[in-house]
Amino acid sequence: MNTVADRLRPLTGHRLFWPALVLVVMIAANTVYRPGFLAVEVKNGHLYGTPVDILRLSAPLILVALGMTLVIATGGIDLSVGSLCAISGAIACLHISGAADQNSPATVATALALAFGAALVLGAWNGVLVAVIGIQPIIATLILMVAGRGIAQLVTEGQIITINSGPYRAIGLGSFLTLPLAILIALAAALLVAAFTRRTALGLIVESVGGNAEASRLAGIRSRRVVFLVYVVSAACAALAGFMVTANVSSADGNAAGLWIELDAILAVVIGGTSLAGGRFSLSGTVLGALIIQTLTTTVYAMNISPQTSLLFKAVVVIAVCLVQAPAFRARFRRRRRGVEPGPAAPQREKEQVPA
Amino acid sequence: MTGDRPVLTMTGISKTFPGVRALHDVDFRLFPGEVHALMGENGAGKSTLIKVLTGVYGTDAGTVTLDGEQVSFTGPMQAAAAGVSTVYQEVNLCTNLSVAENIFIGREPRRLGAVRWGEMRRRARDLLARLDLDLDVSAQLGTFSLAVQQMVAIARAIDVRARVLILDEPTSSLDAGEVAQLFRIMRQLRDEGIAILFVTHFLDQVYGIADRITVLRNGALVGEYRTGELPQFSLVEKMIGQELDVLERLDEQQKRATVALDGQAPLVDAEEVGRRGAVAPFSLRIHAGEVVGLAGLLGSGRTEVARLIFGADRADHGQVRTDGARSPLRTPIHAIDQGIGFCSENRRAEGIVPELSVRENMILAMQAARGWLRPIPRRRQDELVQKYVEALSIRPANPELPVRNLSGGNQQKVLLARWLITEPRLLILDEPTRGIDVGAKAEIQKLVVQLSDGGMAVLFISAELEEVLRLSHRVAVMRDREMVAQLTNDDTLDADRVMRTIASGTPREEVTR
Amino acid sequence: MSSTSLSAVRSWRPSLPRRHVPVLATLALLLVMYGIGVSQYRAFSNVQVVFNVFIDNGFLLVVAVGMTFVILTGGIDLSVGSVVAMTAMVSAALLRAGLPAALVLVVALLIGPTLGFLMGCAIHFFEIQPFIVTLAGMFFARGMCTFISDSSISITDGFWTGMSQERIGDPAGNFVSISVLIAFAVVLVAAYVLAYTRFGRNVYAVGGNAQSALLMGLPVARTRIAVYTISGLCSAIGGILLSFYTLSGAPLIAVGMELDVIAAVVIGGTVLTGGSGYVFGTVLGVLVLGVIQTLITFDGSLNSWWTKIVIGGLLFAFILLQRLIGIRFK
Repeated sequence: MNTVADRLRPLTGHRLFWPALVLVVMIAANTVYRPGFLAVEVKNGHLYGTPVDILRLSAPLILVALGMTLVIATGGIDLSVGSLCAISGAIACLHISGAADQNSPATVATALALAFGAALVLGAWNGVLVAVIGIQPIIATLILMVAGRGIAQLVTEGQIITINSGPYRAIGLGSFLTLPLAILIALAAALLVAAFTRRTALGLIVESVGGNAEASRLAGIRSRRVVFLVYVVSAACAALAGFMVTANVSSADGNAAGLWIELDAILAVVIGGTSLAGGRFSLSGTVLGALIIQTLTTTVYAMNISPQTSLLFKAVVVIAVCLVQAPAFRARFRRRRRGVEPGPAAPQREKEQVPA
Repeated sequence: MTGDRPVLTMTGISKTFPGVRALHDVDFRLFPGEVHALMGENGAGKSTLIKVLTGVYGTDAGTVTLDGEQVSFTGPMQAAAAGVSTVYQEVNLCTNLSVAENIFIGREPRRLGAVRWGEMRRRARDLLARLDLDLDVSAQLGTFSLAVQQMVAIARAIDVRARVLILDEPTSSLDAGEVAQLFRIMRQLRDEGIAILFVTHFLDQVYGIADRITVLRNGALVGEYRTGELPQFSLVEKMIGQELDVLERLDEQQKRATVALDGQAPLVDAEEVGRRGAVAPFSLRIHAGEVVGLAGLLGSGRTEVARLIFGADRADHGQVRTDGARSPLRTPIHAIDQGIGFCSENRRAEGIVPELSVRENMILAMQAARGWLRPIPRRRQDELVQKYVEALSIRPANPELPVRNLSGGNQQKVLLARWLITEPRLLILDEPTRGIDVGAKAEIQKLVVQLSDGGMAVLFISAELEEVLRLSHRVAVMRDREMVAQLTNDDTLDADRVMRTIASGTPREEVTR
Repeated sequence: MSSTSLSAVRSWRPSLPRRHVPVLATLALLLVMYGIGVSQYRAFSNVQVVFNVFIDNGFLLVVAVGMTFVILTGGIDLSVGSVVAMTAMVSAALLRAGLPAALVLVVALLIGPTLGFLMGCAIHFFEIQPFIVTLAGMFFARGMCTFISDSSISITDGFWTGMSQERIGDPAGNFVSISVLIAFAVVLVAAYVLAYTRFGRNVYAVGGNAQSALLMGLPVARTRIAVYTISGLCSAIGGILLSFYTLSGAPLIAVGMELDVIAAVVIGGTVLTGGSGYVFGTVLGVLVLGVIQTLITFDGSLNSWWTKIVIGGLLFAFILLQRLIGIRFK
């Protein structure tokens, strides 16, 4: 028993083990419940099937969660991403709807550039509030969370802007090499962010600032710039997600687009193993977390339960994940168990486990 | 005025934490109507003794009697109810509440469950009047100075009909005038028959107010003395003790005051640098290849000097210049640009980033200096890290382990490596050998000598005089937040003379008072 | 709070306590907005306009009072909107099932505080951030709504319709609903509790410095759990009032209400990091929100989304104000 546990430790100890296990179990349960769950077929050169849908639908969440991961790693939080999705989607759709030829790639490109630029400006606003003025992140981004919805509706003038643009729609529904374009964009973004953080020293510096801000200051890190930057990156990711969400339905609704995506994104980050207290972050964990959330939503949907009810399951997941992460909870748990067998990975004892 | 029967007696107190003997067979007594100073350096056991007394910790052995009855408190609340109140160094009040509330919260006068604000304010005024304080008791506590807040804390403490008042470093952030005000109140309470246990690091204050002194060292009782019968020098000696038996004696101690500094431009020139509430303005020049030791008791301002030079705290007086910089240094980033490194004494809070690996912790300062766009190539990182893991014999020698898994001594070496990688011209080491084992200590001392031989300047801070004397070319002496002397470490300088300087505040005074 | 007349008031002390600045700023803002309304639109001076602000926002006021307790301790409660909706849904469903109104009231009023109590325990004992715990609570309550029913359930119960239609007015024809009176009662009780009970003062102490409060021997755990329970109770009352107002329970009602509530509390001068603020300020904050809505309704050319933008702007202004006058941000 003990030897098996020992042998498995490198595997179970890996930070992605638990999220991956959850995902596998969910897929397995789905397959048992509905044998056709994993079936994928090719029609007109495109892949169809539930797994493909899950991938496609999870793309916006993956994008938002990527930016959120960096923000949370610095010890912050960005509540405004949902509103930013709505604003960027609204601006893009507004520009396209006013153009003579909605299908012209130039029009779409201009629309995307305009919306992206606006999102960057708003991200910079968040960054200034947090990094320069020094307002608590949760409060600073709350401002844009509230006002952003209004701005989005202002852009759409309270209407739902419907567009008929092939290129724009492709962002959400198109395919490339039989795979949904959306998931490819999300993966490209994930790789880009990964390269951006791990090929430069940005990742290290973000983790250092989130892990110990004072030690980082004394090591000479210019943390303000980094903190500012992550809010801009988060806004950029939210803008991309906003394009997808609106492209999916070929319309921009200032009220509904990206609603509650910030909460799902935070959840994905936490499930992926990044602590809300900041420090070490895991982009692949975040992607897994987003896939878990989307699989959960799809599962609940497939079981003919209203999508809103899936919130019940989410509540359970949030509490479970947070309890497992909470040091106070672990301490209680360990204390109770200590009499039976020595706890495996008590932080204060890890010293003794170090291989000689 | 001192009563003849102690109000509080602690006998044969022992307390052991895993791996540490915090108190061993300590006796302590406190008479009504006296101010009794509890003195000792870091790790002497002062705070453990207070925590045992107020019931924060249980004891392994020994008894506490209050007014002849044996007591065993379960916590500060119960102790306070029995008449033993504590006022901590950090004012533990709520600055957002009014003065009156801070005195009475938790036991407000009430009628039918409703707080009687008028009655509470009246009582607060009466109580403060007893302390000769005239405050607007309905004003928010936060609008008053720290000293006033401290006194409000005392008012809260004595309202519970305290017979024993414990003041744990109440003066550490007060200026001279505020200390005088506090002392006036302490004398008054003493004259009313309250026994005051006073913890401070300021020698002048001890001699200014204490009737009796108890000295602890390394968890053991050194002795109890009447203040008038214990010269300052003896007090310092009793506190610091003979460090020689802690470390094995190094072979034939070499005097290091040999560097010819005449005419050489200083590397770092701190001129009249000071910060209110932290350290009085001081001037200090440090030359290349020179080791300057900072000696002084705990709380004497050693760390504050280091932080001001590095720019970790902003000086509100004077400036620090380096030979290469056009403008004075202000922030750690400036200091690092000028080749200064700073190993904080507070490893956990200000040093390591616990989750990051040994490698990442080591390259952090260098990476910060390069900016995030220019990452250090992985191969170069590995070379650097390998070099210092070997040079400093960091164990376990696995650079990918999270640094929090390492022992204290190895974490200290990782921090040293972090700065050595940046090839600094001046390295500030604040208590680099504290809390680490003897072997690691000797290694770090050896390293300091090597570095200075190689031309690096070092500002070396340690509570252990022997260590300072062994390594330094010059010793700057701190006393009560002031730099009182800079002594050349020649043949005439020994621990005895440094202690006299700490005790008297002047380098020349050879006579004990 | 009346100030005492001690002869030797410290001379350097500002004559206007800084903690009152945000509330006074809100009051000034409210008066200015009302003034603008009266000068621009003749109908605005009608007393009923003011009464309508109360009628339309009575439930918001009650929920905001609960939120004030939570924010005073330095916490936050994101679950309020969902709990409001859940309470209304449960009431509607139980009434439809034929339960007597009194029993339904009791059940509906118990659910919110129970959830609040559980969230408070999770926050205190497991030291999970309030933001996350109440987020889970929000998901849970909203999920329960649709679990009960996907579509809205109308209420035909006599007691409910009675409460909904009852008008208490003066001879001139101006009136308020019973909900407004209930809301006022909640405000008065809350103001009394915060100012005159030990529990109320402990709330301020915990928000000011929880560590100190613990060392002063105050019951920090009990206080912290109690504020979330109170917030749950206020949300439940708010949910009942909302069901009086709409005579139905709908699964998607009060979505995003938590933001309005937080905004009202902050605009009312309560500091988001805790320890400073008044229920009276929260009343003003809710009124500011209500008057903005009324102004925008009166002005036909402005659209409803301007409400959100203006609220966001005010939020920014007040957070900046708190920062400028030096109220501590943790």
